[in-house]
Amino acid sequence: MTSAGSGVSRRKRGLSLQQRTSMWGTAFMAIPMLFFLLVRIYPALVAFNVSLHNWNIMSRSRPFIGFANYATMMADPEFWNAARNTLVYSVIIVPASLALGLLTAYLIQSVNRARGTYRMVYFLPYITPTVAVSWVWRWLFFKNGGAINQILIALGMRPQPFLESVHQALFCVASVVVWQGLGYYMVVFLAGLEMIPSELKEAATIDGANRWQVFRTITLPLLNPTIVFLAVLGTIRSLQIFTEIMNMTSGGSGQGDLGGPLGSTMSLVVYIYRVAFYQFKFGYASAMTVALFFVILLITLVQMRILNKPVEY
Amino acid sequence: MGESGPVRGRFARIWPHVVLVAGILTVVFPFLWMFATSFKQGADIYSIGLIPKQPTLRNFAHLLENTMYPRWFLNSLIIAAIVTASELFFDSMAGYALAKLPFPGRNVVFILILSTLMIPTEMLIIPWFLMFTKTGWIDTYWGVMLPGLISAFGVFLMRQFLQGIPDDLLNAGRIDGLNEFGVWWHVALPNIRPALGALAILVFLGNWNAYLWPVIAIESAKMRTLPVGMSLFSGEAGSEWQLIMAAATLAVIPVMVVYAMFQRQIVEGVALTGMKG
Repeated sequence: MTSAGSGVSRRKRGLSLQQRTSMWGTAFMAIPMLFFLLVRIYPALVAFNVSLHNWNIMSRSRPFIGFANYATMMADPEFWNAARNTLVYSVIIVPASLALGLLTAYLIQSVNRARGTYRMVYFLPYITPTVAVSWVWRWLFFKNGGAINQILIALGMRPQPFLESVHQALFCVASVVVWQGLGYYMVVFLAGLEMIPSELKEAATIDGANRWQVFRTITLPLLNPTIVFLAVLGTIRSLQIFTEIMNMTSGGSGQGDLGGPLGSTMSLVVYIYRVAFYQFKFGYASAMTVALFFVILLITLVQMRILNKPVEY
Repeated sequence: MGESGPVRGRFARIWPHVVLVAGILTVVFPFLWMFATSFKQGADIYSIGLIPKQPTLRNFAHLLENTMYPRWFLNSLIIAAIVTASELFFDSMAGYALAKLPFPGRNVVFILILSTLMIPTEMLIIPWFLMFTKTGWIDTYWGVMLPGLISAFGVFLMRQFLQGIPDDLLNAGRIDGLNEFGVWWHVALPNIRPALGALAILVFLGNWNAYLWPVIAIESAKMRTLPVGMSLFSGEAGSEWQLIMAAATLAVIPVMVVYAMFQRQIVEGVALTGMKG
């Protein structure tokens, strides 16, 4: 910028291509970066901070209490009940979804006709609003007059209490999660199956391997990345199970009778929701969300080690 | 064995269909029963028949007259549409910068955004609730939408696809006199249309069906989204299953219509993002 005459063009040219690129890059990132700082990272830090306070929305003073909320958590039988239930959900949902999803995808890939139709129908529940799905199944499972009990009676069997039973309710909820998620597992497995070169299977068949042997020695090992991906995603999703429980097993009183008969379907997130928004103990609820965060972080890190790519949840 | 070749061959071809059709019945029956119940009345509600004996539209009329169902529908539509537009715009913008515009600190920014993927929504909900209570955004569209306006997953997905565009193509645009905004908008984005479509579908469906944050961020009846409205209405309806199923039917039909139109794109979009993401 020595002379005024060529100032404008000089200034424009004065920025190197590299400088201009980096200027545009910074401009493009400005709003997104501000967003991630204010709406994701800062609130995450707030959650840690709140968890260290006796933060009741009803009272004005919010004394710092260190890790007392975490100590409360470790000694809270309701927390452990919810944590155990959540673990049971994962242990049922993930293997069942993997097995049924793979079976469905395998069968669809093996048929020549109506593939598209099968895929379309099996995928339908996945895109249906979970709230609607939950209420439809609540009606199907209804003790007096629900479709499933009517079918059981017609088959000469005894009607079951299902969602009203301490022993059955959790399994009913888990089966609905599997029912709704099956289409997703199927679609991802189909994509995985299509990536397996058919020459490999043909070669094995020529060598005299039967279907089961081909499946076990070729298909399954080559599907391993897909299986790991789905197992991790499924585990993280089942740790966050909420909507189905809220809509299938909450009582109608509006007084926080969530989580089914005697808390038998209560998951961690439903319990957190109740502690925060019915008992107004934000500090304690935050402590539990932080614990959930660390569990999910651990699983994510393990899967990133294995697959080296991020997962959405 | 006594089985002849052709019979065995036919059996091998048919049994997958048998299993798959059995599965389809399990998938479809709940929907059929939902439809059937929503048109039933009286004692017929508690019969297993899939065809109502005296079909009625009373249940739907009840919803339209006594609840704010049309308003909830509109709320869901507005929220899902705006969030989708915002995500397409900002996710692809950030993804473009991360893929094609080297700037100082780019790797740090990328890792920072990626790391937010590990923060579960559950952990952010209490802080959001506290922040939005202070700013007065609880029970507003803005409050429901804000947390979803940009997503780390979307940014990552867009970056993946934008990286695949050859630099020569972008440079051609630059030589033609486009500034970087123009290159992004006119050259880069048209090249990743399928990915944008997949992202749009995922974001729209996700927001249309969202429950956890809306149920907390919404307080008044008129601000409810469809899932929140349906959930609270059903909780209050007790055992009036015909009304609850009518509500469910009204929530499911729009999704089915959209699905019927974009079935292939939706399924393939999920497969695409599910695996490549």
